[in-house]
Amino acid sequence: MQTPAYIIAEVLISGNRVYRNGQMIFESPSSANAVAFLEEVYARFNIDYPKFYKMDSLCKLGFLAAELLLGEIKDQLSETETGIVLSNAHASLDVDLKYARTIRTGASPALFVYTLPNIVIGEISIRHHLKGENAFFVFKHFDGNFTSRYVNGLLENGLIRNCICGWVDFLKESYRAELYFVSPEPSGTNLPFTAENIDKLNQKDNG
Amino acid sequence: MDNLKQKLKEQIIERLNLKNLKPDLIGDDQPLFIEGIGLDSIDALELIVLLQQEYNIKLSNAEDGPRVFYSVSTMADFIRAQSGAVKIPS
Amino acid sequence: MNPGPYIAGMGIVTSLGFGVESNLQSLISGEAGIGKMQFLQSAYRDELPVGEVKSDNEQLSQLGDLPTGWPRTALLSALAAREALDQAGWDKKNGLRTGFISANTVGGMDRTENFFRPYIKNQDRGRLADVVYHECGAITELVAAQLGIRHFVSTVSTACSSSANSIFTGARMIRSGQLDFALVGGADALTLFTLNGFNTLMILDKELCQPFDENRRGLNLGEGAAYLLLCSEKGMDALNARALGRLSGYANANDAFHQTASSPEGTGSFLAMKGALEKAGMEAADIDYINLHGTGTPNNDIAEGTAIRLLFQPSFPKMSSTKSFTGHTLGASGAVEAVYSVLALQHGLVFPNLRWQTAMKELPFKPVTALLKDQKMRHVMSNSFGFGGNCSSLIFSAA
Repeated sequence: MQTPAYIIAEVLISGNRVYRNGQMIFESPSSANAVAFLEEVYARFNIDYPKFYKMDSLCKLGFLAAELLLGEIKDQLSETETGIVLSNAHASLDVDLKYARTIRTGASPALFVYTLPNIVIGEISIRHHLKGENAFFVFKHFDGNFTSRYVNGLLENGLIRNCICGWVDFLKESYRAELYFVSPEPSGTNLPFTAENIDKLNQKDNG
Repeated sequence: MDNLKQKLKEQIIERLNLKNLKPDLIGDDQPLFIEGIGLDSIDALELIVLLQQEYNIKLSNAEDGPRVFYSVSTMADFIRAQSGAVKIPS
Repeated sequence: MNPGPYIAGMGIVTSLGFGVESNLQSLISGEAGIGKMQFLQSAYRDELPVGEVKSDNEQLSQLGDLPTGWPRTALLSALAAREALDQAGWDKKNGLRTGFISANTVGGMDRTENFFRPYIKNQDRGRLADVVYHECGAITELVAAQLGIRHFVSTVSTACSSSANSIFTGARMIRSGQLDFALVGGADALTLFTLNGFNTLMILDKELCQPFDENRRGLNLGEGAAYLLLCSEKGMDALNARALGRLSGYANANDAFHQTASSPEGTGSFLAMKGALEKAGMEAADIDYINLHGTGTPNNDIAEGTAIRLLFQPSFPKMSSTKSFTGHTLGASGAVEAVYSVLALQHGLVFPNLRWQTAMKELPFKPVTALLKDQKMRHVMSNSFGFGGNCSSLIFSAA
């Protein structure tokens, strides 16, 4: 029987709002569009990382969610033992469309490098120097049952010490990032990382 | 003011998504890569596409990149030195 | 030592042919599948050699008795998946829990490209039916339904390590008791999207690639599909089949260096290979053969080679890149090379690294350049390193 680990922190970015551990920490209902909103989040939290602007929208979203998730708990990160397990429904479709339009006149390398969903894991890894195990799954909806079992399993086997996991999806104006920092050592929110608790946290927002 | 260099600066900013950078903040001889503006290897590839699309010049050897793209001045010199059908922006 | 789940069946389609037997024959005869583009309609057809599966979509549909109108990735996937199940004697009525974990990166892109051409000129044109199966997950679902697998279906998409990752995800689910059978692997079809993209990154070879050669110029793109049917003890008993091998080790790590280039020291590769050995409870000296990721790009081969040097020195196993035969099959490559690794184990063979001429000056070893037979093969390692820094390594052991 699997012993669930604990949710140390969680972040939700959806509907032009940012929540951390259940509290809304930023909103901008009047942003011109989704990317403008993300750029406002970047500016609001004084994140100094110019490469942010070159990222595609999915990576901007995932990067910001990770940044805000890890905020005060960066000391818990381990170069080789922090895992990253993400999933979404639309893979890299948002930038795929943008890239595809450039093929006729001159394929854009800066767009092409983003046409894979796991590049968002790459960007988070580069930013936080994380070389642990990482995986990206494509599901129709966030599968809390699969994710919690998978991540708890990795933690139980001792392959990783803690894990950044969840859902990061972006397509045109529709986006959602739901990230959890999970560890077998209780701290932070202290909620066990189970499908039930994930659903409960989900119901708090209408995004 | 050299029209080609000015145009290049505008095109570089637009194509490489360099927010908050105005053309007059890029010096003609300022290094574009590593120090200076801080462009990377993917930006170099984008500049190759820029040469192709806007100036009809094909840079088939990526190793020429560092020399050609060192600064806006070296890019302008390279474009001018190329013979054949070159679109000089007005 | 950690025996890991059994491999009860394999299926494969590549530029070398349809099925395990024809792929094996090509590997033995040294005949590469890379050549001039025949099916993909590209402006680069005279410039860029590719490893195409030698049939058009209609022929693939007929071969597999599959619906016409399916994207090419789904057709390739279904053909290879079916072979794996048939070889193992798996029956959907066996009442045991079967999962299908499939990888791809291009999804239904070939059909989408058909849609895009008229659409881009006139937004009222273009058949929507061409884009309904665009998404990566849609491909997996089409094939799962075709095969009658419902219990667990998922898609992995992590670039060139995708199908290696789907293989060990399935292994984990068997080990943790969630599945009895896991049909795992992946597929990817050649498309203009990927061809143009890789070309703009300037990492394609205009000639036939030369992995691990000092004068290598880049990679050739390929396409294909491959699957393994992994099973638990219970699953093996239900099949009454012979195990082809076992998946004894696996690991994944991130290089954390660049979106598409590898770190010069091959950190991610090193961590993945080391982790796989640890998982298997083995030492470096236990590996008899490494099926290299070996794309033929200046960057990958030095990064991978450096990682191998650091991990295996002072003595190195035999190694070769079968991408010299098939080209780089992207999302399918982990699984294609897994099949080749198991074949190497089963038949005591080491396949050659074709067209190799000059040793890389930084490395104290070179790949095998002619077929080796009657080799004592206990454990084979297969590497798959993808964009996004996603590095995976698998270890297969004799049954």
